[in-house]
Order: sequence, then structure tokens, then C-alpha cells
Amino acid sequence: MTVPDAWYLGLSAVLFAIGIVGVIVRRNPLVIFMSIELALNAANLALVTFGARLGSPDGQALVFFVMAVAAAEVGVGLAIIVVIFRSRHRLSVDDLSLMRW
Amino acid sequence: MTPIPAPPIAWNALLPILVLAGTAMLVLLADLLPPRESKQHLGALALAGIIAALVIALVRWGTDVCGFRDMVRLDGYALFFDIVIAYAAALVVLLSMDYLRRRGAESGEYYALVLFAACGMMLLASAGDLIIVFLGIELMSLSLYVLAGLFKSRRQSSEASMKYFLLGVFASAFLLYGIALLFGAAGSTNFERVAAAAARNPHDTLLLIGVALLLVGFGFKISSVPFHMWAPDVYEGAPTSVTALIATGSKAAAFAALIRFLTTALRPLQPDWTALLWILAALSMTVGNVVAIAQTNLKRMLAYSSIAHVGYMLVGLVAGGPQGTSAILFYLFAYVFTTAGTFGVLTLCERTGGTPEPDGDGAVDVREYAGLGRRSPALAFALTFFLLSLVGIPPLAGFFGKFYLFGAAVRAGYVWLAVIAVLNSAVAAYYYLRVVVYMYMREPEGAAATLAPSFAGGLALAIAFIGIVLLGVMPAPFVELAQVAVAPLLR
Amino acid sequence: MARAAFVLVALLAVGAALGLVIKKNVIHGAMFLVVNMASIAALYYMLGAEFLAVAQIVVYAGAIMVLFIFAIMFLIPGKDETGPDPRRWQRALALPLGALLLILLLAVVAAVRGTGPPAAGPATSGALYRALLTDYLLPFELTSILLLAAIVGVMVLAKRRPG
Repeated sequence: MTVPDAWYLGLSAVLFAIGIVGVIVRRNPLVIFMSIELALNAANLALVTFGARLGSPDGQALVFFVMAVAAAEVGVGLAIIVVIFRSRHRLSVDDLSLMRW
Repeated sequence: MTPIPAPPIAWNALLPILVLAGTAMLVLLADLLPPRESKQHLGALALAGIIAALVIALVRWGTDVCGFRDMVRLDGYALFFDIVIAYAAALVVLLSMDYLRRRGAESGEYYALVLFAACGMMLLASAGDLIIVFLGIELMSLSLYVLAGLFKSRRQSSEASMKYFLLGVFASAFLLYGIALLFGAAGSTNFERVAAAAARNPHDTLLLIGVALLLVGFGFKISSVPFHMWAPDVYEGAPTSVTALIATGSKAAAFAALIRFLTTALRPLQPDWTALLWILAALSMTVGNVVAIAQTNLKRMLAYSSIAHVGYMLVGLVAGGPQGTSAILFYLFAYVFTTAGTFGVLTLCERTGGTPEPDGDGAVDVREYAGLGRRSPALAFALTFFLLSLVGIPPLAGFFGKFYLFGAAVRAGYVWLAVIAVLNSAVAAYYYLRVVVYMYMREPEGAAATLAPSFAGGLALAIAFIGIVLLGVMPAPFVELAQVAVAPLLR
Repeated sequence: MARAAFVLVALLAVGAALGLVIKKNVIHGAMFLVVNMASIAALYYMLGAEFLAVAQIVVYAGAIMVLFIFAIMFLIPGKDETGPDPRRWQRALALPLGALLLILLLAVVAAVRGTGPPAAGPATSGALYRALLTDYLLPFELTSILLLAAIVGVMVLAKRRPG
């Protein structure tokens, strides 16, 4: 018995929703960023599933590029977060009191 | 193992982008060579690259080349936006040469990142495939996230950078999921294949939800209400020259990709996205203008006003057709000059903040502009004109921009939207003119220094000034250019 | 058999995702994310995308998560989300919003379930390599510019101002 595509897409949808909720609910910028990575992974899963449905390598190629972009994003993003929170006592986006979130 | 055949490479379709990327790498290399104490020559080098890209775009006007399996397309539309983006980048580089040296923050990497961001913007302008849209947005945004946090020791700057980053990546996640669903619906990310799929089955659930998610992502990038919450803080916290780039270039580029995608790939769905954009346009105009009234920080005020301007441009997209679409292009052209000029005056005035440390906050409060008319008449005169153009007073560029946009909306039957837009423009006049009142009718508190822009800064202001006057006095040829530019989209 | 394996891996992925969002401890969150990424790699393998399965482990579960953990170690001691939440009300909106999103996306699943053409079977890794170097040559090269821009950006952020 093969696994239907809809199962993969359902899982992808659930993971995406969890990621988005995580971004809104959490206050730690690192956890927010990890939740975003979760959502990106969910999108990747959907891409691979659709690609397999079509039998073309396009879906996999797109995921390849998303991975490269994600790696670049993580490098830049963590540098930004480290620069800003190196001198703070608490790690929370609510502490960015100078400007409203 | 069969050898992989080398694919054809359409250099022509990438020329302006290649020039910018090449210049960025040259700037990075030249940064290693002497002279090390001044970085002005790197700014000049970056400027030369941008001018070369601009010249290429002008020379190639009228051509139409596709390449890489139709992933990029350098047609009139892309060339028009390349010109707009090149102007924005050139003005920003000129302003930065003056601003960064005063702040002691000049570096080769800054100019390289501006060039990389411009590269991403031009990619967006000629993208014919969603993967190029994604990569273009990411290239542009990654560079801008870093640039926004350039003044590391200033808290607002790094906070702006982080907020811009987290919300930007959040938006990218929506964009990517939208792309995934469209890929599922169309079997390809190419605009033409998406268009074919949309024509076959315009009410495919996959397609509709994919478009909705994609519009959320784009909404963040153009900062339309309700996806605007990053804009005020980022505009305020980022170095003013970077704010100018975010307000002009990145907005124009995101609009370029959005318009091309909606009008070519999603034409069968036009009634659906028009209804959605109607709401976004009305919300953006109203929220932007009403909140701008309450601001005393000029950068924040301009952020809210830019949200309102996004609303005006969305009016053109709602109106659609050759008139509405070309009106957006004209408006963006005018908007780039006006906004770059306004932020240009702000960068020049920031030095009077009197803060000794390089990262100190400059003069951005409206009260600090009191008496500017007497202290430096030329700057006050220029700022007055830029603000009047933002209000939309004839015969400046902003007036004709609004005139064409709202006219197109009325002709397309969206009278109510046009009425909302006109009312909003009237509200906007209040907070723009308040700055003018401060400059000419209030006495400065304490002794304020007189200002003299450097050559580069003065040149940037002069170019922006000539731009808005030229577009205002003789708009007809530029409107024709915009109409020629949108023709390939609406075939 | 394949279905049982899918259910197992999917439960692992969802559980890990929930762990990331719910657990207060950041390091535990990062570990949950590693588990999530690894289970997604397993799913890629089941979908016939062997190359991506390996890349997922190497790039995501490996490189990216190491960076995250490095940043956590660098920043964390004693810094956590403590004290009352100043925006509890605003955050309460997250759940209905998430539910709405989930319903929307599950509508996608329903749409796919009925009409989907028979699975054409996965593309081979060879086809992927070929596609990356021919059809996707431009995006491939663009990623190199993107990575260069990211490197320059990180350098700018890490560098201390001279003097």
C-alpha cells in the first residue's frame, strides 16, 4: 500500500500552521526564528510531494534552492540576533522597548 | 552516463543585473587596496556601475529578450523598472557618500550590499518564474536586513534590523507556501504555465489558496495594511540612507513582480484579486494617513505616509488595464524621486543633531526643523518642493501621479475607491504642510548650525529635484513610456 | 507497511513541532527541531527524493541547527521568557488564526484527495542533477550571489568598528 499524496500534504499543512502559531505565541527571537524554519520545512515538504505527483524533478530543484536560501538566512539572522542580544539581560522580543513590536 | 548538454545562456536578458553584480564584487576587491582611510572612491565605483546599468537599460529600450526557459524576461516593462531602480540606487549611493562619512560608518561592504540589493530588485523586475521572484526577494531582503542594522551601537538600528528580519522571513514562509501550492496547481512555477492552469480551472482550491498566501507575502514586502507593522520601526531605526533605499527601490521592485505576476499569470482570476486589493488599498490609504498625523518623528511620519502611497498605487492595480497599470509605473517613477529627495534632505539635516558619537540619533523630530527656512534656505526650499509633490500639488510630479491613478480608477468604475483616495490626499496635506510651517514660521530653539550639503549630497538633491519638476511639467512623454512598458504585460 | 511507517514518522514530526512551540527551554526546542528535520528527511526518502533526504540531514539538521545551538549557547545563560506576558491578549489571537490557516490548508488536502492524477512516481536523483545544471542554471548561479551577499552581510555585522 503506497501512502497517498494527501497524507503528506496534510502533514505539511499541520506543520506549517504549528510554525506560524509558534511565531506569534513565542517571545524568544531564537524560538520565533526556529518556528519560521519549521514553516519553511513544511513548504518544502509540500513542494517535494507535488513534485513526486508530477514525476518531474522540478519540486526537488525548488527545495534545493530553498535550502540554500535558508542557510543564508540563518547565517544573517543569527548574526543580527547575536549582535542585539549580546548586551541584554533577557532574551525576548518584548524587551525591544525602544520600538513597539 | 550521458553528458549534460550545456544550456543556452541568454546574456542579453541579464545584462544590467550582471553589471551590478560584477560591480559589487569589484567594490569588495577594491576595498582591500589602498587608500584605506577614505572610502569615497568605492562609492564612486559603485555609482559608476549603477550608471552603466542605467545606460544599458536606456540603450536596450525597445528590445524584448527571454532567457533560461523564460525565467527572466528583459522587456520594456523590466527595463522601465530597471531605470527606476537604477535611479533609486544611484541617489542612495550619492546620499550615502555624504551621510556615512559624517557618521564615520563608510565601508566597502556597504556599497557592495547596496549593489546586491539592487541586483535582487532588478531580478524581481524581470522575473518570469516564481523561483526567480523568491530568489530576487531574498537577495534584496538579506542585503537590506544587514544594511538596516549598520549602526550597530545604536539600539534602534539593530532592533530595526531584527524586526525587519524576523517579519521578513515570516513573510517569506507565506510566500514559499503560496509558491508550493501554485506549483501543485500548475505543475510549474513559470508564469505562463500558471496562467494556462488558471485559465483551465480558475476556481481550483489549490490555486486560490496559493494566491492568497502569496499575496500575504507580497503584502509584507510592499508594506500594505494589515501587513505594515514592520515599516514604521524599520524606517525609524535604520540609517536614513538605507531607509531611502527601502522606501524607494525595494517597494518599486516588489510592485514590479506583483504587477507582472497578477496581470500575466493570474489574469483569469482578476475579479477575485481585484476585490481583495480593493480592501487592501482602502485600508492602506486610510490607516497610513490617519496614523501619520499623530507622528512627530519625521522618519516615522514618512513611513506611515509611504504606507498610504502603497494604498494609492494599489488603486491603480484595482483599476487595471493599460491605464491603471501604466499609472502605477508613472507614480512609482515620481515617487522614487520625491521620496529619495525627502530622505536626502533628512540625511543632510541629521548632522545638526549635535551628537558627538557617530551612531547618535540625528535630527528627525519635526521640531528640529523649526527655522530651517532661515538657516539653510536651499535645503528648506528643496524639502518644501518634495513635500508638496508628496501632497500632490500641481505642477509637481506627485500631482500627475495621483491624477492618472485616480482617473484610471474612475474610468474603470471604481468611483468609491477614487473618492476615498481623494479624501485621503486631503488628510495627507495636513501633516506634510505642518513640516513646511515649522520650517518657515517657527523660531528654532537655541542656536542651530547652518547646513551646507557636500557635493555628492547636493548632486543627489539636484537630480531628485529636477526629476520631480520634469515629471510634473511635462508628464506626457513619461506616461507614454509607461504605457509602452506595460504593453507586453497586457497582450 | 509504508502507511504504518508514514504514520510513525508523521507523529514524530508533529510531536517535535509541538515540542518546539510549547516547551519553554530553548535548547530543548532546538533538539525538537532537529528531530523534526530528521523526520522530514525520512519523508523525503519515502517520497523518492534521496538527494534531498541527505541534504536535509547535512544542511538543516546539521549545519543550520549547529548554528542555532551555537547562538543559543552564546546568548542564553539566564535569559529566558520569564515574568508575565505583557501582550497575553494579543497572543491569544494566535490559536484562532492558526486554526483558520489549518482549515484553509486542509481544504487543499481535500481538493487534492479527490481529483489527483495517479502518482507518476518520483524523479530520479540523476534527473535532479541534470535539471539543476540545465533548466535551473540561472537560479543555481543566483544562489551563489545570494550566498556571497550573505557572507558579506555577516562580516559587516560581526566586524567591530576600527578605532
